[in-house]
Amino acid sequence: MKYALLAYSRGEESGESGPRSMHPGIAAVLERPNVTGYLRLEPPQSAGTVRSKNGTTLTTDGPFVESKEFLGGFILVEAESLDQALAVAAELQDLDLTAAIEVRPAFE
Amino acid sequence: MLDDVFRDQWGRVLATLVGILGDIELAEDAAQEAFTLAAERWPRDGEPDNPTAWLIATARNRAIDRIRRDRTLARKTEQLGRELRDLPEETMDETAALPDERLELIFTCCHPALAPEAQVALTLRTLGGLSTEEVAAAFLVPFETMSKRLGRAKRKVREAGIPFAVPPAHLLPERLDAVLAVLYLVFNQGWGAGRVDLAAEAIRLGRVLAALMPDEPEALALLALMLINDSRREARHRGGALVLLDEQDRSAWDREQIAEGRGLVERATALGGTGPYVLQAAIAELHVTEPRDWRQIELLYRQLGRLTGSPVVEMNRAVAIAELEGPDAALAILDGLELDGYRYLHSTRADMLRRLGRDEEARSAYGRALELTDEGPERRFLLMRRAELPPPANR
Repeated sequence: MKYALLAYSRGEESGESGPRSMHPGIAAVLERPNVTGYLRLEPPQSAGTVRSKNGTTLTTDGPFVESKEFLGGFILVEAESLDQALAVAAELQDLDLTAAIEVRPAFE
Repeated sequence: MLDDVFRDQWGRVLATLVGILGDIELAEDAAQEAFTLAAERWPRDGEPDNPTAWLIATARNRAIDRIRRDRTLARKTEQLGRELRDLPEETMDETAALPDERLELIFTCCHPALAPEAQVALTLRTLGGLSTEEVAAAFLVPFETMSKRLGRAKRKVREAGIPFAVPPAHLLPERLDAVLAVLYLVFNQGWGAGRVDLAAEAIRLGRVLAALMPDEPEALALLALMLINDSRREARHRGGALVLLDEQDRSAWDREQIAEGRGLVERATALGGTGPYVLQAAIAELHVTEPRDWRQIELLYRQLGRLTGSPVVEMNRAVAIAELEGPDAALAILDGLELDGYRYLHSTRADMLRRLGRDEEARSAYGRALELTDEGPERRFLLMRRAELPPPANR
């Protein structure tokens, strides 16, 4: 099955001066054969958001959600079961770089 | 819905079917059909030599028929066809050799990715063989709500890929904790009122778990804890009011259950168990042993408190301290606990104050406990106790 690991960063690390280089622990996981893809995201301040309002679309700056945690990136993993995908997430979470990692199965 | 013979078979049959079919809903439908057929045929034709094997073989055949009929599941048939080719053409003997996979099913149902109430409902439905109506009645929710909850849980197992497997060693302690918590929750729910007999159900499931994990001290201890607590069930109420352990009619205790529990505590301890259920079972065992060894009880509560950090455990330790050092010492502990919303804190405080002759304070502590207690035996007990205090002095 395919799973997406949604890595949430802690709010206080959201500054533009955040580290640009990848942590070696994460890099090691991303090189595994069961990892089929990943994206690292710029912080939420860099976002533009499109919403529907009264039948038209409205573009605004930034996300509307005031959240201490934000989506920092995601990793696509091929695994036999939720437990296998959770194990990869636990390994990343143990690096203490993320606030939480949500593991979601993908439509096949 | 199912009589006892069937109830004993249900979990075993269903677990094997989930193992073969890879889907709880499919397995449940097939098992239901097989049990219905058995209810029709067995009284007429006699029970087969191996009822479990008959039920599994029949359910499996039904499931295959159903999949073949259902075109929308074409892909599944293909997949299943592959898996089923590996199995020999079904004769009863070969089906009978299928392993007991209830342990796998327990760990699926109690997976931490499922909400706790979903874990409980799913466990009762799949392993306990309770009908959806019965599970709904047990938790005082409407049938529709429970039906949806169960449906969602089963879908999540399938869609999220929650494994049908006993977790590997490094995950086992955490996952086993979840299983034990579900069973103990079911048991404690059963003590509330006489709806569906959930205490008996939890003990039944506890026996299954203990038999499947005979070297796991916590599993043995949980069964012991439930057996010992349940042994006092008949003696816990008199005239609709709660009766405290000291005042219970000991001849109404179930001696056999206590003996069985005691044996299990000994085995769990001999296996080196020092987990929270081992400690709780050991304490429960000391409570039904005369004379009561308060020194040892206090020691075990202390150990349990270190393990859990729970103020409720500390409150119970205070009760032992009252016996060893007097109610004054107990009160000092109780007054340091942040448990204001917990009714037993106030009833325990009230009892200490009563024993110290501080009647007015006791009266108001009983009042606070009563505010937090719903109608029922416990409330009647508290009202009786408060009424026994000497009348307030004239000012």
